[in-house]
Amino acid sequence: MGTKVNLISGRTIVQGQNLDNKLSEAYFNEVATCELNGSDMEKLGVAADERVKVKTSFGEVVVKAKEKAGTPEGVIFIPMGPWANALVSGDTHGAGMPSFKGIDAEIEPTEEEVLHVKELMKTYMG
Amino acid sequence: MVEITDVVCSLCGCVCDDIVVEVEDNKVTKVKKGACAVGKSKLMGHGRIEEPAIRENGSLKACSYDDAIKKAAEILAASRRPLLYGWSSTVCEADKVGVELAEEIGAVIDNTASVCHGPSVLAIQDVGLPSCTLGEVKNRADLIIYWGANPAAAHANHMKRYSYISKGYWTEEGKKNKKLVVVDVRRTATAKMADVFLQIEQGKDYLVLSALRALLYGYEDVVPEEVGGIPKKDLLETVKMMKESKFGIIFFGMGVTHTRGRHNTIVNAIEVTRAAHTHTKFSIMPMRGHYNVAGINQVCTWETGFPFAVDLTRGYAWYNPGEVSATDLLIRRECDTALIIASDPGAHFPGESIRHLAKIPVIQIDPFPNPTTEFADVVIPAAISGVEAEGNVYRMDNIPIRLRKLVDTEYIADEEIMKRILEEVRAIREKEGE
Repeated sequence: MGTKVNLISGRTIVQGQNLDNKLSEAYFNEVATCELNGSDMEKLGVAADERVKVKTSFGEVVVKAKEKAGTPEGVIFIPMGPWANALVSGDTHGAGMPSFKGIDAEIEPTEEEVLHVKELMKTYMG
Repeated sequence: MVEITDVVCSLCGCVCDDIVVEVEDNKVTKVKKGACAVGKSKLMGHGRIEEPAIRENGSLKACSYDDAIKKAAEILAASRRPLLYGWSSTVCEADKVGVELAEEIGAVIDNTASVCHGPSVLAIQDVGLPSCTLGEVKNRADLIIYWGANPAAAHANHMKRYSYISKGYWTEEGKKNKKLVVVDVRRTATAKMADVFLQIEQGKDYLVLSALRALLYGYEDVVPEEVGGIPKKDLLETVKMMKESKFGIIFFGMGVTHTRGRHNTIVNAIEVTRAAHTHTKFSIMPMRGHYNVAGINQVCTWETGFPFAVDLTRGYAWYNPGEVSATDLLIRRECDTALIIASDPGAHFPGESIRHLAKIPVIQIDPFPNPTTEFADVVIPAAISGVEAEGNVYRMDNIPIRLRKLVDTEYIADEEIMKRILEEVRAIREKEGE
């Protein structure tokens, strides 16, 4: 049972620089991450670059933890992209827009590997 | 080496048009000035989809443009419920042919607004939008409010060219005589620059906007000591700044559109703007993401009457976001084919929607390989608009600007690809009708 958090996503400069370069290491290193407040990292017992598993009712992904002081306690930020979206429901509540932010999630330390983008896409196929 | 001035950036909704680049041996070798880090990265280029390809036994096999276009047309002509999606990172001329194709085959045509500022469109249709151009902001605004938007990361030139840091006719001293308010869940790089940072609890935007409306109309007594994590005194200070400004503007981003309340929250933000009109001049504008998402909304509207999520299967335009928007069609597993152009739902759609997209025949038209390429069945490489192809786009304030061509290419432009697909589809349909 992981720690309950509120998941949001959004843009970063490096994510933007690699918008047309999504199969690159630079994109992977920036986007397959999760920003947390320092005290939340302490509570979880994870250090920077250690892996965490984030789960929602719609999916789960492994990403690398990053400390970010500006992120409030209880909120985690995953840059917009395939890893964040693996956790998002397609339900738009009749508005056409899925809930990309404000998703109930659970987070826990893990030893599992972070999937590269090609491996992540394979999970949708077949 | 040739220096090209007044280059227009084809990355984000800022559509900066004062960039200077150097071109040598038919390649952009240097971005000399004007572009932000993100725009520069776009202009300098990345790895390409090298050749057209068709998927056979699970892997993409290179083929000619003719073969890929023919295959795409066959798939589309045979489809019973096609989805034509994307259109935001290309020019209006290509978008126009897209609508024509949707009409020809009876498709649903949707664009990236549907996962970006779709709720803003709904709110604007509900109550209108007291807005302006970015030129007016530059020349007049002395109070800038970014709400659920982080231009320091997403629109890196926005503050410098148009808002807080820019210098205009009546704002010649730049930020010295301007105020910046930022409303965000995180203390972002933009928030760190603010005179007032309102760190809102996630999902509480509607409440805070309602409190601001009450304060602007003079009902201080109904506002509690804290709203959505923000102390009343900070709200009062913000309202004081709004009242004292000569020209204020609210720029709102996906922090609002992606969050609970969606278009209802944006209606409330527009009503805050109206409440501010009882004191001073105030405006509001969505921070559009892709450089031409505003353009496909324009094209789709003048061609069908509606800006996104348009179903043309009935022979007339049926508009109903939530029913015929792309993610909804996909989670209902309703569409049986998708043409994806100038966008990347593989990266930017919810996993639940990608699951169906990965199973149906997908035609991808894009200059760059991306997660969508991983499951696309026909891949057609395109020239990069704004680098290798010209055409018209609409900036976030709906000002049309023409992208320039900087270098020659053997890749075909989106407009030409779309015209050839449409031609092939018509030929197939005529033959079937015989």
